[in-house]
Formats: sequence, C-alpha cells, structure tokens
Amino acid sequence: MEEILRVENLSKRFEDISVINNLSLSVKKGEVVVIVGPSGCGKSTFLRCLNGLEEIEEGEIFLDGEKVSSNKKNMSKTREKIGMVFQSYDLFPHKTILQNITLAPITVKKRKKAEVEEEALKLLDRVGLLSKKDNYPRQLSGGQKQRVAIVRALIMHPEVLLLDEITAALDPEMVREVLDVVLSLAKEGRTMLIVTHEMAFAKAVADRVIFLEGGKIVEEGAPNDFFDNPQTDRLKRFLQTFSYEK
Amino acid sequence: MNFEVIRDYLPLYFKAFLLTIKIGWIGIALSLGIGVISAFILHFKIPVLSAIVKVYVELFRNTPLLVQLFFVYFGLPKIGISISAEACGAIGLGLLGGSYMTESFRSGLDAVPLSQTESSLALGMTKGRLFTSVILPQAFTLSVPAVVANLIFLLKETSVFSAISLMDLMFTAKDLIGLYYNTTECLVMLVVFYVIMLLPVSILGSFVEKKTRFKMFGN
Repeated sequence: MEEILRVENLSKRFEDISVINNLSLSVKKGEVVVIVGPSGCGKSTFLRCLNGLEEIEEGEIFLDGEKVSSNKKNMSKTREKIGMVFQSYDLFPHKTILQNITLAPITVKKRKKAEVEEEALKLLDRVGLLSKKDNYPRQLSGGQKQRVAIVRALIMHPEVLLLDEITAALDPEMVREVLDVVLSLAKEGRTMLIVTHEMAFAKAVADRVIFLEGGKIVEEGAPNDFFDNPQTDRLKRFLQTFSYEK
Repeated sequence: MNFEVIRDYLPLYFKAFLLTIKIGWIGIALSLGIGVISAFILHFKIPVLSAIVKVYVELFRNTPLLVQLFFVYFGLPKIGISISAEACGAIGLGLLGGSYMTESFRSGLDAVPLSQTESSLALGMTKGRLFTSVILPQAFTLSVPAVVANLIFLLKETSVFSAISLMDLMFTAKDLIGLYYNTTECLVMLVVFYVIMLLPVSILGSFVEKKTRFKMFGN
C-alpha cells in the first residue's frame, strides 16, 4: 500500500510545556490508525497540527508526498484534503442541516449547488438522517449532530479523515450510532486517524493502535497485540484503567 | 385636565415630535455606522486604529451626552467650524451611540465560539469566507438584543437636545409650561409623545429579536 501521510520529527510546545515531542508517523492509504493515551498526552494537539490548526515548531508533514507544514498560504488547500471532525460537532447553528453540509463544497470547491445537494442527500441517507435535512442543528440530538458533522467532512472528499474524540460528549446509545458510521467508513477503505477513549471500538476499527504519552509514541501495534499483549508497563497500567474488578 | 389646551398644543408637539424623530434617527444611523466600523477594527485587531477606537469608546461611554453636546455646540465654533443645532444634536447622538454600538457589535463578534472558526478552517474555508458566511450571521443575531436596547436608550437621550435650544419634545414642553403654566397637560402630552415614539421601536425590536434568534443554542 502506498503511503499517504508522513510525519517526520514533529515537535510542538505551548510556552515551556512540550506537547509533541519529536514524533514520526507514516500512514498508508486506507489505513485506520487509532491514537489512545491519557489526558494531555498530546493526541488532540497532534491531529490539530496535521491540518494546521496548531502551528508546528519543528518537523515536517507530507501529504501525498507534498510538504504541507510550512506554506501557510496553501493551508486551506491542504485542509480540503484533510477532513476533521471535532468532539463538539461545531455545526453552524444558523444554517439548516443541508446547508451545513453544502456550504463548504459550494463556496470552497466552487461545485454546482444542485450536484452538491444531491450528494449531500445521499450521504445523509446513508447515516440515516435524510428526514432531518431541513432542520436546524439544535433540533438534533448529539449523536445526530455528530453524524451530520461526519457527512460535512466527507462531502469535501478528503484523502485523510481526522476524528478527534468524536464521541466524548455523547451518551452510550449515541456513541454506538456514531461509531457504526465510522466502522462503515473503515470498511470502505477510508484513511482515518482516530483519537478515542472507546477501547472496544478502537480494537474493532483499527489497523494499528498507537499509545501516546508525553507527546511521544510509547507503544504501537496491531489491535490484538496492543490490547491483549501490551509490552510496556505504562500501556499495561493505562489499559487497566478501563477494566473494573471488585 | 383641559382638553382644549391639549388640542391647541397638538400642532406644536407634533412638530417637535417630527424634529426629535428626525435628529434621533439620523444620530442613530450615524451611531450604527460608527459602531460597525469600530467593531470590525477591534475584532480584527487592526494596529493603531484599534487603540484609537478604544480611547473613543471609553471617552464617549463615560461622559454625559449633555457635556458632549456642549463641546460640539460651543467648542467647534471656537475653532472656526460652525454647524446648526440640528447637526450638533445628530453628531452628538451619533458619537455617543457609536461608542455603545461598538461594544454591542464587538461583543456579538467575540461571542461566536472559536470552535466555529476552527471547524470552518478545517473545511478549507478562507478567513474571508469564514467571516462572511459563519461569523457575521451569528454575530449579528447575538448583538440584536443589545442593539435594540441601545436604540431605545438613544431615542430617550434626545431629551437633552433642549439644552442646545433644539425645539424637540422636551424643549417644547418646558417652553409651554414656562409661558402658560398648563403643567399637567404639557407633561401628559410629553409622556404620550415619547411613548408613541418608542413603543414601535420596542415592539419591532422584540419582533426582530425573535425572527433572528435562530436555533442558536447547543449548536
């Protein structure tokens, strides 16, 4: 499989705290990489560096072999290729669901409205929300909003999709409906980088799992090895926090 | 209450009413223009200009309109600029209102969550597109209640225009009371005319607020 995203020696500091520490990573086309780790380990910051929401200090990022880290002017072009979904959905409250989805393709990609709407309706149907197309975001549940946010990212035809704790604000049943959508995306071969605290989901969806702490990759591996046979003590301790015994 | 007196005074009040509305709304239009431009300057943190805007806002928010009117009315002729009392009133009101409107619009712009900016950038929008399609419509909605409150406040502030001998409602009432001592009738008419002037603004304001308050919360 060809490589689509390569990160070389990425570092990021907030004042005197080092958040990302000389991190390198290569992602192949169609690969699903799940990043787990304790709070403040730099997982979200890492995703935000990839699409330029955080400026990086050191290191380089290559998308499709093209360097993206330093040329600020082309950042919006790069962002068209890297979709991102956030924990807090961030739909546009003043626009209907359909308008939320079609705004970027029409204004950024200059695509025809009719064509974009047709695709939007297909995608909405796929995530089971066709009937909500004329509603406003606030009329939807958290899980529904998050599914719309995924569609809004998908319609830009991103080469890589970044999902930043997209279920962290949802209750369990809604987590399920959102993660089912992500699983189906994984099946159709989308390249995704996923930050999550849902370990069962991580195991099911990932091709590779990465444990991040202190801005460094502490351990990585295929999901079965990673969860059932962790090598480092730190990962063992981390995974223990997800199981309960009386 | 002598209704004949009221009937006799009606044309005078009506004239004053029209003048008050005219100057009031010219001043308000001015204040909206100043407010929008100043708020943009503050929002985009334009160097030098935003420092000037900050000084302007604090200066005009923290001094009474009467003092500002005196400066414009008596001060400008001293440096060779003489303008009519009407223009003075409108400019004074516009400057005072501008400082309030600036804060209302700025707070609206600032109240749009940063996450809206980030999610728009993540979709590949440019800063300009994001401002016009995402920030501005939400900021507008968020500032409507404060702007409506300002409109009502500014229209009421016109009552100090009498101090620079503009024949507004207040001036007319005081004048008639001084001449004929029909205090009750004059004051009742004064209240009624102010209510007639302000009630539509108030009602229209609530209507616009309801209309623009799209499904804002919990995005």
